[in-house]
Amino acid sequence: MSALKINKGAMSHSAYELRDPNLNVIEKHTLAVIVDNEAGVLARVIGLFSGRGYNIESLTVAEIDHTGHRSRITVVTTGTPAVIVQIKAQLGRIVPVHEVHDLTVEGPSVERELALFKVAGQGDQRVEALRLADIFRANVVDSTLQSFVFEITGTPEKIDAFAELMRPLGLEEVARTGVAALARGRK
Amino acid sequence: MARQMTGAKMVVQALRDQGVDTIFGYPGGAVLPIYDEIFQQNDIRHILVRHEQGAVHAAEGYARSTGKPGVVLVTSGPGATNAVTGLTDALMDSIPIVVLTGQVPTFMIGTDGFQEADTIGITRPCTKHNWLVKDTDKLADVLHQAFHVAKSGRPGPVLVDIPKDVQFATGEYIAPKAARVSHYQPQVKGAIEAITDLAAAMEKAERPIFYTGGGVINSGPEASRLLRELVSATGFPITSTLMGLGAYPASGAAWLGMLGMHGLYEANMAMHDCDLMINIGARFDDRITGRLDAFSPGSRKAHIDIDPSSINKVIPVDIPIIGDVAHVLADLLEVWKKRGGNTRKEALSKWWTQIDAWRKIDCLSYANSDKLIKPQYALQRLEALTKGHDRYICTEVGQHQMWAAQYLTFEDPNRWMTSGGLGTMGYGFPASIGVQMAHPDALVINVAGEASWLMNMQEMGTAMQYRLPVKQFILNNERLGMVRQWQQLLHGERYSQSWSESLPDFVKLAEAFGAKGIICKDPADLDDAIMEMINHDGPVIFDCLVEKHENCFPMIPSGKPHNEMLLGNASTKDAIQAGGAVLV
Repeated sequence: MSALKINKGAMSHSAYELRDPNLNVIEKHTLAVIVDNEAGVLARVIGLFSGRGYNIESLTVAEIDHTGHRSRITVVTTGTPAVIVQIKAQLGRIVPVHEVHDLTVEGPSVERELALFKVAGQGDQRVEALRLADIFRANVVDSTLQSFVFEITGTPEKIDAFAELMRPLGLEEVARTGVAALARGRK
Repeated sequence: MARQMTGAKMVVQALRDQGVDTIFGYPGGAVLPIYDEIFQQNDIRHILVRHEQGAVHAAEGYARSTGKPGVVLVTSGPGATNAVTGLTDALMDSIPIVVLTGQVPTFMIGTDGFQEADTIGITRPCTKHNWLVKDTDKLADVLHQAFHVAKSGRPGPVLVDIPKDVQFATGEYIAPKAARVSHYQPQVKGAIEAITDLAAAMEKAERPIFYTGGGVINSGPEASRLLRELVSATGFPITSTLMGLGAYPASGAAWLGMLGMHGLYEANMAMHDCDLMINIGARFDDRITGRLDAFSPGSRKAHIDIDPSSINKVIPVDIPIIGDVAHVLADLLEVWKKRGGNTRKEALSKWWTQIDAWRKIDCLSYANSDKLIKPQYALQRLEALTKGHDRYICTEVGQHQMWAAQYLTFEDPNRWMTSGGLGTMGYGFPASIGVQMAHPDALVINVAGEASWLMNMQEMGTAMQYRLPVKQFILNNERLGMVRQWQQLLHGERYSQSWSESLPDFVKLAEAFGAKGIICKDPADLDDAIMEMINHDGPVIFDCLVEKHENCFPMIPSGKPHNEMLLGNASTKDAIQAGGAVLV
């Protein structure tokens, strides 16, 4: 499918949705929203989701262009195909929004999330945690005699799986960044 | 050329450079520097309202009747929060307005200062966009951007929040031409492939209908002109939403009247049975569609809208065209004519025969009385006696609004100001003030219900102060008529809180403000009383005592499709099933 690059007020999206918009399946989509990095812009995006009853599964935001004052908001959302199309159109209407990309339909993309896990334990549990961390290519970024802090990067599923394994081994705290995603390069 | 000036002066200069001649406002602590500048100039007229909500509705009336953005200036805190209803109203009806609010000084923001409110946070969901300006050097640019955003694409309200220290400080003023070019440039030209698809569909259609809305009026006079040309060239029937009345003349041969919940029988039946629906600048509002899964089941649907999010929002369409109505209609006419300008003449004539049969139902007929004034009769007389005037009509919200839409006729756009999307009681009176300001010599009438009218009656002071001869035509049934109607039809005739107790004597009320009051309760006196109202040079409150229990028909009950309308003479008992009661 050709790249869906929605410029301000452009028409190349909802109008040409080819699937049946009344399909009652819930899909998960990853959207990348390029915005002016100005006060309140995140509140506008979040307010749109809460005000119109859309779901947010994960959300990350950071400035990506310091000179151009642009931020990239990555939202993972769920909804029927019609709702997803509406979400994109509604996002496109927000004045400081420059582009809306639906990475789920625009072609292959990569998604990564970073997480920190604090695991406390003694003896065998500690060794086992370290061994599993190695398998998951998690790094130890802090250690005491009672605990480790692991840093792990991967897909949300990989991080979920790591959390499952750490839970019986003394998992104390988790911090996750939410998903960052990019379309793959052109071949 | 860049010039140094205070923020307060910049506000006035920017308004002047944007061509603003009138603003509606109310002073307060956080906007005093701007008011000081307003005092020292004569280019911009400031209308002092009596409540900030009135200022916004007046600006809406001004905007709707002129096509130019309306401008409001209010203070921080309560000034801003009182503007919220008007902002939401303007957002729902796509009315371009620019609201300027004062704010506590930047160093006090967040300290719960006196008259501090998070104006930007509160108005974020009820504006197209809003700005908090913390730097005087950026103020002029933001003000110009604000006008650009309010007017561009689908118009709407914007708000600029200006802290008091920013108004006092000096900065660089830039003229509109020197302002940053906004990346916000909605597309106005429709895709030619889609327009060609529509032209082809028009050639094949046997039962076509134009369904037009407020977008035609927002697009400007050229859009209405092109619409008229298109309708007369094709001979297709045309109906309109509440917001779109006047874009096509009510005297036009192809006019079916308004559609929707209280729309005309022929309009709704034609929508239900058509095979090609051409939506021009309307948004498939729930007052229009009725039950979604039974909405015009056999038709192909084309939708022309400048807002991409309107497309497929509630009704999936076959031919979506994103663009400005005037641009798209110009292209459509050209493409369709180039292809030969063909229609299915025989099929169309059969379609018109069917429509004429529906028209014969005469859905607006009602049982008149020679003892009581029927509200429908009052409006018919108002129509007959004001038809020839340079006339603008505003309304409040409720039964009277629907009757006004049914019984008054509009030949031109921008002549009809009503709160459609939000349904704001209290809209009409201040709106009529805004309209009269823009059109000082016109006959401006606000068709009101007594309950709606009381919601912003303080604006009588404004009308008197500025000698605005607005006519308040109140259909007084001593009831919240539409609420009462729904309680009768849906809630077992339990009339909970839906009557107007302790009403004022409207004639004395008018006199208390120094205006003229007229009361009329006998149909035989009505014409003379209306003439007295028209001929009085000044504001009039016309207390028209009407039948108290008249219901507004036709009506598509909640949860019903278009072809199951209730007509006035039909039995309404059990017409609405229990499921319909949960819908509004």
